[in-house]
Order: sequence, then structure tokens, then C-alpha cells
Amino acid sequence: MSPENAARKTLPAGRRHGRRRAVQATAFALFRLFAVVNGMALALVVGFLVVRGWRAVNLTFLTQAPMDSMTAGGILPCIAGTLLLAFGAMLVAFPLGVAAAVYLNEYARPGLIVRIIRLSINNLAGVPSVVFGLFGLAFFVIYLKMGVSLLAGCLTLGAMSLPVIIGASEEALKSVPQTYREASLALGATKWQTIWRVLLPAALPGMLTGGILGLSRAAGETAPIMFTAAVFFTPKMPKSIFDEIMALPYHIYVLATAGTNIEKTRPLQYGSALVLIALVLGMNLFAIVWRARLRRNR
Amino acid sequence: MPGRQAKEKIIRRTFFVLASAGILTLLAIALFLFIEGFPIFRGTSVQSFFLGLYWYPTSDPPDFGILALMVGSLSVVAVSAAVAVPLGLATAVYLAEIASPRMREIAKPVVELLAALPSVVIGFFGMVVVAPFLQQTFDLPTGLNALNAGLMLAFMSVPTICSLSEDALYAVPNSLREASLALGATHLETIVRVVLPASISGIGTAVILGLSRAMGETMVVLMVAGGAAMIPESLFDSVRPMTATIAAEMAEAPVGGSHYHALFAVGAVLFLFTFAFNLVADWISHRFRQVGEASL
Repeated sequence: MSPENAARKTLPAGRRHGRRRAVQATAFALFRLFAVVNGMALALVVGFLVVRGWRAVNLTFLTQAPMDSMTAGGILPCIAGTLLLAFGAMLVAFPLGVAAAVYLNEYARPGLIVRIIRLSINNLAGVPSVVFGLFGLAFFVIYLKMGVSLLAGCLTLGAMSLPVIIGASEEALKSVPQTYREASLALGATKWQTIWRVLLPAALPGMLTGGILGLSRAAGETAPIMFTAAVFFTPKMPKSIFDEIMALPYHIYVLATAGTNIEKTRPLQYGSALVLIALVLGMNLFAIVWRARLRRNR
Repeated sequence: MPGRQAKEKIIRRTFFVLASAGILTLLAIALFLFIEGFPIFRGTSVQSFFLGLYWYPTSDPPDFGILALMVGSLSVVAVSAAVAVPLGLATAVYLAEIASPRMREIAKPVVELLAALPSVVIGFFGMVVVAPFLQQTFDLPTGLNALNAGLMLAFMSVPTICSLSEDALYAVPNSLREASLALGATHLETIVRVVLPASISGIGTAVILGLSRAMGETMVVLMVAGGAAMIPESLFDSVRPMTATIAAEMAEAPVGGSHYHALFAVGAVLFLFTFAFNLVADWISHRFRQVGEASL
């Protein structure tokens, strides 16, 4: 018996209990503090950008192109480019991701092949974003000769978002009660009819939440589009999918690190960063609230 | 009805092909990294590539030693782990075991929004707020260093560590908690002695995936790590992680040149690092999974 335990033995039961309660109260306060740190970090970043950036954001800023070698003017081409990239990426990833989830959840039987598919999807989720950029450069831009273009960017971001969509779609399919499947099959429907008429409609809202999360992630990414789609500056709005484009995240990076006059363009940087987080956090908040409503209605 | 069955079979096969897109993408990524990265070993020996101390890709003759880059990546990951692991784990324990349902409804979206912050915005924050702060507080020549990068990376890995650990804690059967409480243990003792040990495999996976994410993060380290390709001697030294090197130099590396191949080789090394992290995480989650309630 250790000396500490011996000492504990001699304490009256009530005081021993009191000390355990005190230790627990302290520890729980600490846990709570740690949790609060996260909230503070979020509030700090968002609050800082709002305070510094809101003055820069006005109608001109949102509706004009950059001027005077990007030291004045607005960010319209960047906003347009970012939205095009994000929606394009979802156009690629959403159908593929939903199909993969349907296969994994409805058709596949547990076994080696499914294990390998799942392992690759998990690994795909862990591939660094800059490596997706390298892949996009080597495969889409150079090998398939797409050039630095909106299309190459969408495909690269689409490949990157695939695991997010698959995960959300599988969760949505899993939440459809087994009785739906049994009822449909008992009425004589085939597997495909069951999936198309019963499961997909029931799971669609959950899948769309995943789609919105994927959208916001694609909109905020920088590294995958640096070599595949985005350029420093282009005076015209994108006209075709083979045009190179400007994008918000890359614009922020360029202004903050490589601009001709970094200090002078600070207000533009704050403004662009504010618009980007408003876009990204807005989509996320929408998805979170919608998902909470879905869960409550179930 | 043979027609109907044939149709079902075709549909089933189609779905299988579509589901293989994940495997195909992963294979294509690996293939292109190695095809484009391998030619670097025609001009540089394997040893001088991995153990070389000097990264001077544009001098003549160029030096392609990535040791300092690898150490740079590992050092920022270590700093971020020191912050993110306790923070993420404590938050997960709070959310899963201590918080009231009401608090959880507020705190969980906060963590999810933290995960959604674009990395370029976090990097920007590190540049304009944290860097000047560090520079003044510690009287440094520059605030762009390994410490700053590690702190900003912690932002990115806390949500991963937290939400995956939380899932692991939820998976612990309630009967274990009840048994512990019934034996007279306090709530805290139950968490530390029963719930955490029972969920250790899930927590291990969470930590590894969080660190893997920090290692692959690009924009943050590109903007705040300082960018000097040297082995750091202190937290306040500037470093140049692998991801930052690729992102900073790819634009000016001529396609097909040795610099271009060297950067793809760095990408391949990075890919192998994160691939290994993920395999270990997968192995842990299968090997040490809590099976039933008797295996404690």
C-alpha cells in the first residue's frame, strides 16, 4: 500500500468523499475551459475579420473587377470564379459520391472488395490538398491537355470532395428504416425500383446536406486550384470552361503575400477574407441547421 | 421475367463501377506522383535526395536534399500535436460525457464551423495577428516561424480529433458507465478509468488522423512558417515544410525539368507519409476495437 493510500485510509469517509468531489469539480471546470477555448478561437478569427473588413465590403467591392494592378476596385471575378469552381466540383462529385454510397450501403456484401473500396475512400480523404493539386496539374492540365482552366479545377476539387459526399450519403441511406426496404420488396418491386422510388427520395435531404458541406469545402480550398485553375489576375469574366479564372482564396493569398503593395491593400485583403468566410460559414450554418431539423423530424 | 433480372444485373454492375471511382482516383494519384517524381533519381542519388541537407533547386548545379523539408513538416506537426491533442480530446470528453444536451447543441456547431474555416483565412490570421504578437512578445526578428505555424495548424486538427474522439466515446456501452457508478466511482473516475480506456482505439485513430491532416495542410504553413529550408534549432526558427515547398515553387518550375520532378517526388513522399498514417489508423481501429463488454 502506497503512503498516499495509507493516508487516505485514515481520513473519515465524509472528508474523503469531499476531496473526490473537489477533484471532480476542478477537472470538469478544466474540461469546460478547454471546450470554451474552441469557441473563443472561432470568435476571435471571425470577429477580427468582421471588425477589420466590414468597412471594405460595399456594393462597389462586390460588383467590380480589381483595378490599378489589384490595389483598388472589387472582387467580382473572384466571387464568380469561386462559385463556379465549387458548383462544378459538386457536379462531378455529387452523382459519383451518391452512386458509390448506394453501392456500398445497398448492394455490397461485406468482404475483401468492400474493405478495399472503403480503405481507398478513407485514404483519399487523407490525401493532402496540395497533392490533389499536383495530380490535377499532371493529369488534367498536362496529360489531358485541359490547360489551366475552370474544368481542370472543378475535376480536381471534385476528386477531393468525393469522400465527404460518400460519407454523408451513406449516413443518409443508413438512417432510412429497414422497414421501407422490406415493404417495397414485399410489394414486388425490384432492388433498383426500391432504391430509385423509395430509398433515394427518403435519403435525398441528408445527401443534399452533404452536398452543401462539400460545396463549402470546395469553395474554401486554395492549394488544389493553385496549379490547375486559378491565376493571379485576369481582366475578363470566365466565358467557357477552358478559361483560367480568379478565385477568392487564391486572391487573398496573392494579395497578402505577393502583391506589389501589401500594406496598402490590407483593407482589400480583410474584405476578401470576410466575404470568403461569410460564404463558407453561411453554407455550413445552413447545412447544420437543416440537418438538425431533419434529425428532429425523424 | 429474365429481362427484368438482366436489367437489375446491369444496374448492379454500373453501381459497382461508379463505386470504384474512389480506388481509381487514389491509384491515379499515386501513379502520376511516381511517374512525374521518379525521374529526379536520374540526376540525384536516393541518398542525397532523402538525407541531403540542402534544398537549392534553382542554383547551378541545383541541390535537391529534402531532409530539412521533412524535419520542417514533422516539427510543425509536433507543435500542433502538443496543442491540438489535449484540446481536442478534452473538448470531446466535455461534449460526450459532461455537457448538458443544451450546451452540446451550441458547442457542437462551433467545432464544426471551426473545421469549416478555410485554411487560407487561418493563414492570413496567423500573418496579420499572431506573427506581430509573437514578434513583440518574444522580441524576435520575425513572427513567421515553427511555433506560429504549429499553433495555426492546431486550429485545423482540433475539429478532426474532437469529432472522431467524440464518436469513439459515444460508442462505449452505457452499461459500463452504470457499473462503474454503481460501484461508487465518481463521474470523473468513471471517465478516466472506464470510458477513456474503453474507447482508446477510436481515440488513437482520431489523433493519428488529426496529425495526418496537420501534415498535409498547405496554405497555413505556406503563409506563416517562414519558409527557410533549414533544420530548425528552436521553436522560433523559420521552417519550410514539404507542402509549402510544393505550393511555393510549382508555379516557377519549368514542366519536365528536374525542379518539376523534384517537387513531384516531394509530393510522393508526402503522399506516402499520409498514406502510412491512414493505414496505421485503419489498423488500430480494426485491431483494438472494443468487442462486446467483456474485453476491458
